[in-house]
Amino acid sequence: MHIAGLMQIDETTWQVGPTGAMRVPVVIYADANLIEAMDDKVYEQARNVSTLPGIVAASFVMPDAHWGYGFPIGGVAAFDASQGGVVSAGGVGFDISCGVRSVTTGILESELATVQDALADSLARAIPAGVGSEGSISLDAHEVDAMLLGGAVWAVAHGLGDAADLERIEEGGCMAGAQASCVPGRAKERQRREMGTLGSGNHYLEIQAVEEIFDSVAAAAFGLVRGEVLITIHCGSRGLGHQIGTEFLTEMVIASGAAGTALPERELACAPIESELGCRYLGAMRAAINCALANREILDHLARRVIRHFFPAAAPRLLFDVSHNTCKVETHLVAGHPRTLYVHRKGATRAFGPGHPSLPDALRSVGQPVLVGGSMGTGSYVLVGMAGNEERAFASACHGAGRAMSRHSALRRWDGQQIVDDLAAHHILVRSRSMRGVAEEAPGAYKDVGAVVLAAERAGLARRVARLRPVICIKG
Amino acid sequence: MMPTVPTNDSEREFAGWEHFSHSADIGVRAWGPTIERAFEEAAAALTGIVTNAEVMPSQEVTVACNAPDLELLLVAWLNVIIYEMAVRRMVFSRFAVRTDGARHLRGSMWGEPIDMLRHAPAVEPKGATVTALRVEREPNGLWTAACVVDV
Repeated sequence: MHIAGLMQIDETTWQVGPTGAMRVPVVIYADANLIEAMDDKVYEQARNVSTLPGIVAASFVMPDAHWGYGFPIGGVAAFDASQGGVVSAGGVGFDISCGVRSVTTGILESELATVQDALADSLARAIPAGVGSEGSISLDAHEVDAMLLGGAVWAVAHGLGDAADLERIEEGGCMAGAQASCVPGRAKERQRREMGTLGSGNHYLEIQAVEEIFDSVAAAAFGLVRGEVLITIHCGSRGLGHQIGTEFLTEMVIASGAAGTALPERELACAPIESELGCRYLGAMRAAINCALANREILDHLARRVIRHFFPAAAPRLLFDVSHNTCKVETHLVAGHPRTLYVHRKGATRAFGPGHPSLPDALRSVGQPVLVGGSMGTGSYVLVGMAGNEERAFASACHGAGRAMSRHSALRRWDGQQIVDDLAAHHILVRSRSMRGVAEEAPGAYKDVGAVVLAAERAGLARRVARLRPVICIKG
Repeated sequence: MMPTVPTNDSEREFAGWEHFSHSADIGVRAWGPTIERAFEEAAAALTGIVTNAEVMPSQEVTVACNAPDLELLLVAWLNVIIYEMAVRRMVFSRFAVRTDGARHLRGSMWGEPIDMLRHAPAVEPKGATVTALRVEREPNGLWTAACVVDV
């Protein structure tokens, strides 16, 4: 993206407009290098979002943004239903409620060394991953509906999770307002045998070691200790979310066309929040959030079983479970007045600051953990939502490293087996059935996650707490 | 009836597919002398996202879909294949499409259950999108069918 057309507000804040059809400005949080590396499409898409009815404050862009579907990935936009605001299937994404979940274990990395290979093999056997993989759980139609309404609470009630986890999952593990009846039949059918599966692409289950602590107070509150290992899971609502995203995107495209709504791009299709289609999408999307919460709870349950086999004294404890593809109803202060807004976060993580009432007691004084996935080689970060970020971007932060290179280019440049061997030489064990999949996810295909989180911190969105280094990586 | 595989070079020249880059995802671009042929090639390109391995056309699955225009018909066709791949745990290698030229499509596809070792599937398509969506007759008379697939 060319930096010349942007107005620099401070080191990591840039603004454009509003001009022409833009209802609000575009605000980009990133340093100059990250902006230069962003696709021009990011600005074009953020600008298009700023033209949508009912948008409030600005169309925000996170430091890890890249070209998405209508909305940029790494985009945040809030809409007011009473001002004709809209909900967008593209603004949530195809993998509804894709997110990250991290679990502290109390196990030292040094204890892991002697069993690292066997643990990697056992996790690879226990976690259904990749195209066509099937979990051991098969749901009938009645149970699919119960899962869609109950989320992680449903999983716990079925012995597939731990009740102590729930307070550390967004929405207490169960998204209110889910409507199973709004979920298309094909979406339910696609999910019947996919509960407790990881999927493919950039999804993973990792064993990670805490390598560096930046904020000792927050780290202590989060239970992060240098040299100890965590389980981290990155995945979403699987086939159910994909099918909901697909069907509603098409329906919104058709409805927008029929209504004669002028859209800069067809993929920006949306529906008024208060329309029948908007309400139906919200009911289905919330059901998909529950599916993702249940799925991550089950995957965690499967991983902990393996961990306990190797380390009977381990004490796994959920640090946090947070999504980065959602639309949520939240109250935010806008120009000093509380307003109820539909906040779209597409490839952006909610990042409530200290004192937020939705946070559990143990975390409230510190702020919400923000889990930022990196690549197989470079590791991940735990951040914490910063005070004042509500005014900056409706309490949102980045979600990952963001791709620097397409899958197509990565495939031409790297050999999957070579990457596995190189990482093994650095004591990072990768288990995947597809070497082509590993090549497409090569560490070099991602941006520098360190630069992304530093920009988020400087922009006042979320502060770095700890850096995690992968030790074992299970890929689909 | 199973479609015949093109046997001469001249026919290959007029029908084919390729992938193109889209930051985190993959685009499919296909071409052919008819809309139907371009759609069949687009389906082959979709399989190409998942695996490079040979896929035996041993089982047939038939599908039908509708859309308000030709471009959304391509999206609907690719999405119905993604759905069948997901629920049947299959990959497909041969495709036969019939359309009324605009809104309705009936398709047959032939494939086999996914074999993790032999197919080593790279990535699971989540859905065909309206990004970079184009179904058009080119000046050279060939039809192009293209869109980005979210993976």
